[in-house]
Amino acid sequence: MRRVLICAGTGCVASGSRKVTARLKEELDRQGLAEQIKVVNTGCHGFCEQGPIVIVEPGDIFYCQVQEKDVPDIVAKTLANGEVVDRLLFKEPGSGQAVTRYHDIHFYAKQQRLVLKNCGHIDPENLDEYLAVEGYEGLKRALTTMTREQVIEEVKLSGLRGRGGAGFPTGVKWEFAYNSPGDKKYVVCNADEGDPGAFMDRSILEGDPHAVIEGMLICGYAIGADEGYIYVRAEYPLATHRLRVAIAQATDRGYLGENILGTGFNFKLKIKEGAGAFVCGEETALLTSIEGNRGMPRVRPPFPAVKGIWEKPTNINNVETFANVPVILRKGGSWYASIGTERSKGTKVFALTGKIINTGLAEVPMGITMREIIFDIGGGIQKGKEFKAVQIGGPSGGCLPKELLDLPVDYDSLTQAGAMMGSGGLVVMDETTCMVDVARFFLNFTQKESCGKCTPCREGTKRMLEILTRITEGKGEMTDIERLERLAKVVKNTALCGLGQTAPNPILTTLRYFRDEYEAHINEASCPARVCKELITYWIHQEKCNGCTRCARSCASSAIAGAAKQPHSIDPAKCSKCGVCIEKCRQGAIVKLTGKERQLVKH
Amino acid sequence: MCQCCCSAEPVVDPKAQKLAGVFSKYRGEKGALIPVLQAAQEIYGYLPKEVLESIARELKMPLSKVYGVVTFYAQFHLKPRGRYVIRVCQGTACHVRGASQIMEALQEKLAIKDGETTTDLKFTLESVACLGACGLAPVMMVNDETHGRLTKDVVLKILEQYE
Repeated sequence: MRRVLICAGTGCVASGSRKVTARLKEELDRQGLAEQIKVVNTGCHGFCEQGPIVIVEPGDIFYCQVQEKDVPDIVAKTLANGEVVDRLLFKEPGSGQAVTRYHDIHFYAKQQRLVLKNCGHIDPENLDEYLAVEGYEGLKRALTTMTREQVIEEVKLSGLRGRGGAGFPTGVKWEFAYNSPGDKKYVVCNADEGDPGAFMDRSILEGDPHAVIEGMLICGYAIGADEGYIYVRAEYPLATHRLRVAIAQATDRGYLGENILGTGFNFKLKIKEGAGAFVCGEETALLTSIEGNRGMPRVRPPFPAVKGIWEKPTNINNVETFANVPVILRKGGSWYASIGTERSKGTKVFALTGKIINTGLAEVPMGITMREIIFDIGGGIQKGKEFKAVQIGGPSGGCLPKELLDLPVDYDSLTQAGAMMGSGGLVVMDETTCMVDVARFFLNFTQKESCGKCTPCREGTKRMLEILTRITEGKGEMTDIERLERLAKVVKNTALCGLGQTAPNPILTTLRYFRDEYEAHINEASCPARVCKELITYWIHQEKCNGCTRCARSCASSAIAGAAKQPHSIDPAKCSKCGVCIEKCRQGAIVKLTGKERQLVKH
Repeated sequence: MCQCCCSAEPVVDPKAQKLAGVFSKYRGEKGALIPVLQAAQEIYGYLPKEVLESIARELKMPLSKVYGVVTFYAQFHLKPRGRYVIRVCQGTACHVRGASQIMEALQEKLAIKDGETTTDLKFTLESVACLGACGLAPVMMVNDETHGRLTKDVVLKILEQYE
């Protein structure tokens, strides 16, 4: 039977995939094809920029940016006659070549998808589709053929490390919880994906929720827990919905609840919706939030494995970590350990965003270089601009320069370079991104999200933000750089939790790799990337301007004067520096001046 | 028949009735405060003082604790909010693709600042750290609908859809 897979992830829904689904069903009904062709709403393909994505099986035909109006063609040509609709095919950036088959697209061809394997290929709201792709086989193997100790050994053998940030070995963590005395234990899934620029957990929950549930069940069996919580971020309504459906179906069919698979193992699972606090991604903060308190972290030890929710031993892992567990149990720990590097095993999902051509989720084996991810899979930098830096690991990570593009991506290399794996967000920046502004942006974020419990984080982030703001406004002094470095080190060494300890990373890495930009801001009142508003002036090149008046008509501040067909000019006193005029100008006559160049327009 | 001590006045208000339903659903459950607050906010649109007081009574905890939790989390609101809540993503991916200009355009059009509500209670404007739709950056949500690939012009057109 032919199947049409339509992505119903957050990204594609925003681009109109629900309308495409409705129209397709209508069209199939009208043509009497509804019986022969099945329409399936899937989860995310991780290529959201190209959404809505429609795949026709068999044939693996990949259509992108499909709109309602394209549906009749898909039905008449592809579904009725087996022809391909050329205009909907994906065109490779650079060569412009159209690609028909999903797996031939560069973006996918270079990936190794273990965790994301089912995302986009099965209906996440239908348990049978998960079962058809060996779903719950890992659980079956664990429950029926292995002891609890053997399961832990298998996970240890796989070398799996936590995918939420710090990279602690998962099997060892399970063992701690297993060894903790107590008759009541809990399993918690951290789905409070708060790092801006990371959306792999959302994608997994929306596309393959049963894999996460299966991973949690295996963990529950291994450590001796009979109850679990999934703590989902408030901003992810669709993921929450899919989880609810999945839990209900799994309970119905005996994969959750009492006497699972007839083995006497009991496990119940509840969803806790977060209420909007970044710090709750920190494990002790998350646990206290589940208990109904202000989500503030506490000192460890005792670790959650000893005292977690309601003081009971608790094992907490993130979504991607749990999603790796079923395949480890199915194919074995040593198989899993054959992928990746010596100390970082398996694959990691990265979220490619920012000024990159192919925005989306890329799952790659550990140890691949940053260059391969950004240029081979990501297709390089948008609009032919030059690569400047990549920010890895969210607000706690660091900015790495082009000299480090050949760095292998694994836990230890990244930490050594001053960044961290974090959740796997990769935000690519080009020459038009100011690194001081980026550091200020992250500090602004961590400062707002600081819970205020410990002094170094509460006060330190605020002071560091003040200094950075001063520098971006051209009011900095050279002593500010030393002051920043000192403060950053103090906060890194003394803050209570991971949020505070890593908050200075963006500052430390930008100072390490882009110090000249800080110095230009301070010494020359110059923002080399022409971003910091206080340091730039908009100016119209008199010889290039043809007086078309487009800029003057679009200026909301009425700062542009000039008669038609005469060169225009901008009044710096009125200009709000919004940048609309540059977008409107077809002559490339409007430029941003910074540093000494600004003297051109001072008089 | 056990009558809850808080119902000295007869319950007639449909919202209060719904809230009573929430109370009975979570009665006896550990760690119920946050889900109860979420459900209450769903009913009232925000969390008025009286609602917080009745939650404190029902869950047998000091009002200060309830207030502490409410003010800790970004999701809870003590003031009425607009019928349409606009959440503009200010995450990294959106930031490098010009999210601040989207925010400025909205502030200008609605004549309110980040976190404020228009006087006619139609729109509330908020910034949010990341909506997880980075592929479509810059992004915003209006209630539960996500809008991506925004430009200033597009944003103003989207606002017109909400009446």
